[in-house]
Amino acid sequence: MKKKDQFIVGKKKFSSRLIVGTGKYKNMSECAKAIKISGADIVTVAVRRVNISDKSKPLLMDYIDPKKITYLPNTAGCFTSDEALRTLRLAREIGGWKLVKLEVLGDKKTLFPDAIETLKSTEILTKEGFKVMVYCNDDPLMAKRLENVGACAIMPLAAPIGSGLGIQNTINLKIIRHQTKLPLIVDAGIGQASDAAVAMELGCDGVLINTAIAKAKKPYDMAEAMKFAVIAGRKSFLSGRIQPNLLGSASTTNKGLI
Amino acid sequence: MRKKNKIKIIVNGKQMTVNLKYSLKNLIDKLKLPIKKIAIELNRQIVDKKRIGKIILKSGDKIEIVNFIGGG
Repeated sequence: MKKKDQFIVGKKKFSSRLIVGTGKYKNMSECAKAIKISGADIVTVAVRRVNISDKSKPLLMDYIDPKKITYLPNTAGCFTSDEALRTLRLAREIGGWKLVKLEVLGDKKTLFPDAIETLKSTEILTKEGFKVMVYCNDDPLMAKRLENVGACAIMPLAAPIGSGLGIQNTINLKIIRHQTKLPLIVDAGIGQASDAAVAMELGCDGVLINTAIAKAKKPYDMAEAMKFAVIAGRKSFLSGRIQPNLLGSASTTNKGLI
Repeated sequence: MRKKNKIKIIVNGKQMTVNLKYSLKNLIDKLKLPIKKIAIELNRQIVDKKRIGKIILKSGDKIEIVNFIGGG
């Protein structure tokens, strides 16, 4: 029997290879609807103070049921290992989440990750029993180091977070793909559906998209486009593409030509 | 006149005044927060939510209460 193409992260199986962020939407109902259309079964969420002065504000959990969709708590906005650890320990306390996305930023303008703080945090969190999906630069050496300290998924950026610039260094992603068996997920910089398809055709296991959907003029349509792009890209990758040729090769036989 | 039966605490960066012998559970109940959707830190230490009834607040305690919001 043909082996099913499964997406497994932290020993858990997921049906969609598209992970969607829940930030930047106009409101929670738009966010929930876009997620539904995208088919994603993992969504990233942030940890922030409860609004104690205005309790009428809706809660994310009222719109997106964590029993149906896997919440992936992240450390967005954290610039040090200490902040990231504090955030994820709190996230775990909310409801037992162990699968988390670590992102320790190093620069406010580019939002590039701080590799040293990220590495340190990955090691500590793994020892504490977390399954850590790690946002990192598209640096094969650092990806290897993260793997060595126990990361459960490598999540390199394609371009700066929220930039929509698309994949800037396909070679590095290919090298990382070749060196690791861990789930490889392009985490940032996707702008349009073709970027997601390219990431999948490079052999990535998944993509994480937030801004490109949330800030599209038609978020629902873009959510659907991304869903199909990820499916198409994966199928294309698995199908064994033809060798590119410089010259033409006719699709129709000359036999019987009049 | 100084109120002797009240203490001041800081909740999510805001000062609040509560009664003496006020438990963390009293505070969560007063704020009407859904316990299953939050996590609590007391003076930078994560609190086991099962124990909040036993934790009595002291003057100057700093409490952080967090939940999940949208994020990328």
